[in-house]
Amino acid sequence: MEKYAVFVPKLVTKRENFAPGHRACIGCGEALAVRLACKPLGQRVIIVTATGCIEIISSQLPYTSWRVPWIHTLFENTAAVASGIESGLKILMKKGRIAQQEIKVVAMAGDGATSDIGLQALSGAMERGHDFLYICFDNEAYMNTGVQRSSATPFGASTTTSPAGRVSIGQVTWKKDMPAIAAAHDIPYVATACPSYPFDLMDKVAKGAATPGPAYVHILSPCPTGWRFAPDLTVRLGRLAVETGIFPLYEVENGTYRLNFDFPKLRPVTDYMKLQGRFRHLSEDVINKIQQRVNREYAKLREKVK
Amino acid sequence: MTPKGVSQLTKPEGMLTWRDLEIGSIVVEPGNASQYQTGDWRSERPIFDTNKCIKCGICYIFCPEGCVEQNAEGYFEADLFYCKGCGICARECWTKAITMVPEEE
Repeated sequence: MEKYAVFVPKLVTKRENFAPGHRACIGCGEALAVRLACKPLGQRVIIVTATGCIEIISSQLPYTSWRVPWIHTLFENTAAVASGIESGLKILMKKGRIAQQEIKVVAMAGDGATSDIGLQALSGAMERGHDFLYICFDNEAYMNTGVQRSSATPFGASTTTSPAGRVSIGQVTWKKDMPAIAAAHDIPYVATACPSYPFDLMDKVAKGAATPGPAYVHILSPCPTGWRFAPDLTVRLGRLAVETGIFPLYEVENGTYRLNFDFPKLRPVTDYMKLQGRFRHLSEDVINKIQQRVNREYAKLREKVK
Repeated sequence: MTPKGVSQLTKPEGMLTWRDLEIGSIVVEPGNASQYQTGDWRSERPIFDTNKCIKCGICYIFCPEGCVEQNAEGYFEADLFYCKGCGICARECWTKAITMVPEEE
C-alpha cells in the first residue's frame, strides 16, 4: 500500500490518534489539519505542542484528545524541547537503557509560536540539525486569546489589535514568509500544505517525518472565528487560498523547489477575500495592491522552481 | 448515552467530581476526551441520503471532529455524540447527498 499514491478517502487509515471530543470551534481548520497530520505519523511518535489553540482544545483537564505520547511546552521553547527529547532518546539508545527503535519527534505549534515567539528556538534547532519534524499550523493570528495580530497576519486583515476603521486599514505589514526562513536554513525538507488538499498534506507530513534531519511543514488552517466566515466554508477557503496564489503549495527538498499545484491562470484574490469578514472593509485600490504583491510573489516562486 | 468503542476508565463529564482527579493532575487514559460530548453544541444536524451516496468518503476525510464513520453497509454516517454541525461535509459532498437541517428540541 505504501508504494502507491492513494487518493481514495475511505482507504485512509481509520485510526484517530487525535480523539474526537476536543473543544475546537465549529468548523475548525486547525483541528482538521491536526487530525489529518496525526494519521501518517502513527503510534511511534512523541508530539510536542506549544501553547495555542491546539493545546487548549485538546487537553482540558481531566480529558486529553491525544492517543500518542504528548507534552505541552511554552510558546518560546517548542523546538528546544523537541530537540532535547530527540537528543535524550538518542543517548538512551546509545547507552542501551532503552531498546534501539525508531521514535519520531514532532513539534506542533501555531503561527505565533513559530514566527514570533518561538523563532529563535526553532532556528537554533534547525541549525543544530536535530532529527525532528516541526509542523506550524498557521491560522494567521493569535486565535485562542481572541484574534490578536501576529507576524503571520496578512496585509489588510482586521484583528482586535489591528482594528480597521477610519484611520487604519487593519494590519499594515505583510505576512512573514516563514517557509522561506526555514528553507534559508538549508534543512533537508520544507513544505507548505493545506487541509483542503488532504492527501498532499498527509504525504508531506509522512515525508517530513521520514526525512533524517530537521523538516518543516507549514500548514494553512482556516479559522472561522478569527477570519469571520461561515463554518462550512473552511475547506473551500483553504482551496481558494491555493487557487488564488495567496498560499501556494510547494516543497523544498535539499534546496530543490517543486510546486505541487500549479495553475495556468490564478483566480483573482477577491474570490478569497470577499468570503471573509476580516477583509470586508478593504477598498478597491488596497485589493489591487494585494493582487500585485501576490502575482509578484508567485512569479518569484515559479522562478525558483525552474 | 455513551460513545462507541470508548473504554470506561474516565467518567463522562456530568459524573466527574474533583475527587476523580489524579494527584498532580495526571491524565492516565489516552484519548479520554472521547467521553466528552460535543454534540450538544450543534444547531444543525447532517442528514445522509443513502440513495445519492456513492460511498466515496469525502465527508469522512474532511470532518474536523473525525466523527463520520462507515457503517456495516458501507454508507457513511456522522456520530451525533460528537458532530458539532459545522456543515463542511454537506458543502464538500460531491453528489450533494448530505443536507443540514435545523436541530429542534
